[in-house]
Amino acid sequence: MMGAIIEACDLVKRFNGFTAVDHVSFAVPEGVIFGFLGPNGAGKTTTIRMLTTVLSPSEGRLLIAGHDPVKEPLLVRRAFGIVFQDPSLDGELTAAENMELHGVLYRVPRAERRERVEALLRFVGLWERRGDYVKRFSGGMRRRLEIARALLHRPRILFLDEPTAGLDPQTRNQIWEFIRGLCRDEHVTVFFTTHYMEEAERVADQIAIIDHGQIVAQGTATTLRQETGGRTLEDAFITLTGHSIREAEATPIDRMRMMRQVWRGRR
Amino acid sequence: MNPVFILWRRQLKRYFRARARMIGALGQPILFLLALGFGLGPTFARAGRGDYVQFLAPGIVTMGILFNAVFSGIEIIWDRQFGFLKETLVAPVSRLEIVLGRTLGGATVALIHGSIVFLVCLVAGFRPQPLLLPLALLFMALIAFMCTGIGTAVGSVLQDMQGFQLIINFIVLPLFFFSSALFPVPELPEAMRLAVRLNPLSYGVDGLRGALNGGFVFGAAIDLAVLGGLAAILLAIGAWLFSKIEV
Repeated sequence: MMGAIIEACDLVKRFNGFTAVDHVSFAVPEGVIFGFLGPNGAGKTTTIRMLTTVLSPSEGRLLIAGHDPVKEPLLVRRAFGIVFQDPSLDGELTAAENMELHGVLYRVPRAERRERVEALLRFVGLWERRGDYVKRFSGGMRRRLEIARALLHRPRILFLDEPTAGLDPQTRNQIWEFIRGLCRDEHVTVFFTTHYMEEAERVADQIAIIDHGQIVAQGTATTLRQETGGRTLEDAFITLTGHSIREAEATPIDRMRMMRQVWRGRR
Repeated sequence: MNPVFILWRRQLKRYFRARARMIGALGQPILFLLALGFGLGPTFARAGRGDYVQFLAPGIVTMGILFNAVFSGIEIIWDRQFGFLKETLVAPVSRLEIVLGRTLGGATVALIHGSIVFLVCLVAGFRPQPLLLPLALLFMALIAFMCTGIGTAVGSVLQDMQGFQLIINFIVLPLFFFSSALFPVPELPEAMRLAVRLNPLSYGVDGLRGALNGGFVFGAAIDLAVLGGLAAILLAIGAWLFSKIEV
């Protein structure tokens, strides 16, 4: 497809016989905000991990900003920024130091780095707090910092894996305003996942819904509603993916996080 | 600035900022030095072995480096948990650069920590010969690199902190106790002497003790060769295992 910045063609990922992503194809045109939705364990995060070079596909073809993530991972990595589902900041460093570290890892020249760090931190309202340790930041502040950081090296694509999970409605709205504002200013294509259907409905130009590793519907929020006869995108989502609740298995990291929360609670 | 340099600097910043951990990590070697040094000192002297603090101090410095270096490798597990590891792994830098920065940082921190333990030993009455101090520093650096390599390898393989006790009790403490850190080698029972000879850390202790007190058991050249070779091998294994991490 012409003008597509992300192209997935018959993408497959198997883990020990289990097919997490099963012949998935989609294309994301440059400049759009693309919502990738699905129930827990549907294959969203696995797909993002393949798109972002962390995991290699078992089968199929991928093109990110014109490059193959398996053959040219470094070129692909330079082309995107990512906000992970879980936090990924160093709490023992300050906001400015986290930004600087990212800039150096992405080899942004010093002068440009300075200028970008200031502009982005100002935009997300953290410039005054740049010298504070990130461990003292609230969840919303950390998210804002992560978004600013992901855009520091002027990526063409921004991946957001559940960027608003666990945040209150005020913060969620604010986060989306920042994302939309920044992406408009910086001409970035956005690929995001979320569990909040009203968010996806409001923000996404295009939507794909994945379930059991397969794309079950693609289109805009409006066309998806029309196709399923639902009133909202959430109705459409439930119609397409059913009512059953998915059990996702906890990884060792999840268990460790749980232990950490228990310890924190005691202190 | 270079990615390797900034990752190195991050480790140093983290070390100097975590004062509580830094002081806490000094507690163990100091405890060993005071309790064993002064507790066993009279017995050691009566056996005609001289001043035990003098004998023990290089072993205690080695202990400080060992613990600190292995823990800095294990920090990979924390970075995995707190998510920072992912930030580095999706950056457009090679895994080798990342592991190089981390290892250099970990080894530098361990070397600084060992130097602080060394100063504490001086306060406790340790009097080294100043002539071979540069050689002693070289041995300390080699011990630091070797142990960081072990830590990196272990930290890359383990998924969470469940295995922490395992590392302490089956890797770190045996390395320490079955080295020549606490006792002289020549009179040991056969099996024990073999264990000490097979333990890479013994060559670090021997090198450091030889440089600081005079009198190498294995010989300075052998110490250097074994430590240098093993440091290189362990660092390579650590780097390789790190490159296999999936997040």
